[in-house]
Amino acid sequence: MKAFTYQRAASPTEAAAAAVKPGAKIIAGGTNLLDLMKLQVETPSNLVDINRLPFDKIEETSDGGLRIGALVRNSDLAADPRVRQRYGVLSRALLAGASAQLRNKATTGGNLLQRTRCYYFYDITKPCNKRNPGSGCAALAGFNRIHAILGTSEHCIATHPSDMAVAMRALDAKVETVNRGGETKIIPISEFHRLPGNTPEIETSLKPGEIITAVTLPPPPPGIQVYRKVRDRASYAFALVSVAAIVDSTRGRIRSARLAFGGLAHKPWRVAQAEQGLVNASANPATFNIAANAVLEGARGFGGNDFKIPLTRRTLHSVLAEITRT
Amino acid sequence: MDEQESSTGLSTVEVTRRTVIETGTTALLLTTLPHAAYAIGQTDDNEPPPVKVELQINGHSHSLTLDPRTTLLDALREHLALTGSKKGCDHGQCGACTVLIEGRRINSCLTLAVLHDGQSVTTIEGLATDDNLHPMQAAFVEHDGFQCGYCTSGQICSAIGMLAESRLGMPSYVTGDLTQPAAELTDVEIRERMSGNICRCAAYPNIVAAIKQAAGMPT
Repeated sequence: MKAFTYQRAASPTEAAAAAVKPGAKIIAGGTNLLDLMKLQVETPSNLVDINRLPFDKIEETSDGGLRIGALVRNSDLAADPRVRQRYGVLSRALLAGASAQLRNKATTGGNLLQRTRCYYFYDITKPCNKRNPGSGCAALAGFNRIHAILGTSEHCIATHPSDMAVAMRALDAKVETVNRGGETKIIPISEFHRLPGNTPEIETSLKPGEIITAVTLPPPPPGIQVYRKVRDRASYAFALVSVAAIVDSTRGRIRSARLAFGGLAHKPWRVAQAEQGLVNASANPATFNIAANAVLEGARGFGGNDFKIPLTRRTLHSVLAEITRT
Repeated sequence: MDEQESSTGLSTVEVTRRTVIETGTTALLLTTLPHAAYAIGQTDDNEPPPVKVELQINGHSHSLTLDPRTTLLDALREHLALTGSKKGCDHGQCGACTVLIEGRRINSCLTLAVLHDGQSVTTIEGLATDDNLHPMQAAFVEHDGFQCGYCTSGQICSAIGMLAESRLGMPSYVTGDLTQPAAELTDVEIRERMSGNICRCAAYPNIVAAIKQAAGMPT
């Protein structure tokens, strides 16, 4: 691990003022950052500890939603009775991620900001445009079983590894931030994570020094919520494909549907056309296939991950069949 | 892996080609390699200013002055000679380093000691009282919940944290109905909740039995 100075922030603006400086990095749970620092993928010169800031509450909002503090631990969020009652897809997605020890440490804000698990991003002896812009992408012609099939660029085919963010995308969450001037901002989750394009090193729309203070959830949409995760082992593994689905249906007729996908792209993936095509449709394999076609529009494999295209289709079929059974 | 259990903490052992050849064993090399790796991990031209850290460990207060890079696991093992918590992968993937912070289980390798300034830490060394093993320790012995033992302290700390989570009604990924307050602690629930602790000897069936006994369930 490279040397760094340690600083404990006493206020959000103090943290933001410290974080705006080159080489500074915010630390909350640290479960991803310290992993990367040990490998010298991340080499901050100043570490700004925000764990003492008052962002650890889950509160009701006036519109019937929830406001989740950025420092709420993943395990506490998953276990919150209001989340379990009203946002089951979020609780289930959180519980699908990592291990109990990591969930006790990992935070809401940190989960959104975690980095990809691309092998080549982690290996500092290999080219990676995300870690070292302009050096190339070793995954394009390398082992790319876990990599993206949608929204890729010639510079990067990494995926975003979060389960939590996939559920939040289906729930239309909003990310609240503050900067060193104390100005607050609200970023829709759909605009929070970016596609790699020419700048895969820029992963979110956060400006330097901008700090996440909370994530808000609007009131839950009608319907049954499901989170399905397909992975290489039954527990404690990243998603190959995951689906967060919220579908409202009666006797085989779908009234509304929301579908967000993990493991497919540089951000949680959602296709409005796929959801609109399910409105007033009858729940049957032909309908599900049309939705899958819309989701997979433009999908492209890179050899090792070609299987993700049929896997996504089959997983979506299975989820929609389960959710519309009643 | 560092298996040195000395209470005197770090001892510097010079390894030369000659000593290795003379001892005619790889044991010495195995016991000294982690120190070398540890030294490499900490070496840097610009030593950062040290930080003061107060920890309440197993009921005792400790004041430490540490390089801010020191993980909680290294603080325990290398600075306090509490070598019960093991360093397996050092990346949060195996669970051998599991300790309880304020009663909650975490991976001590993936956190810095300074982040826990003022907090209480319980390690495997803090579980037994006088000559009495903690019920979870006794259950692991009775059910043979280990073979080589390297993951065991992490398994036991994790299992204690897991039962506390379960008693608080916290759900798991395999919990059927999340809207219900408490899930019954079935074998499937125990296995899912313990998935952050890997046992290379695959003592899993006996670990599950030990946990059930400690939880007061039929085994």
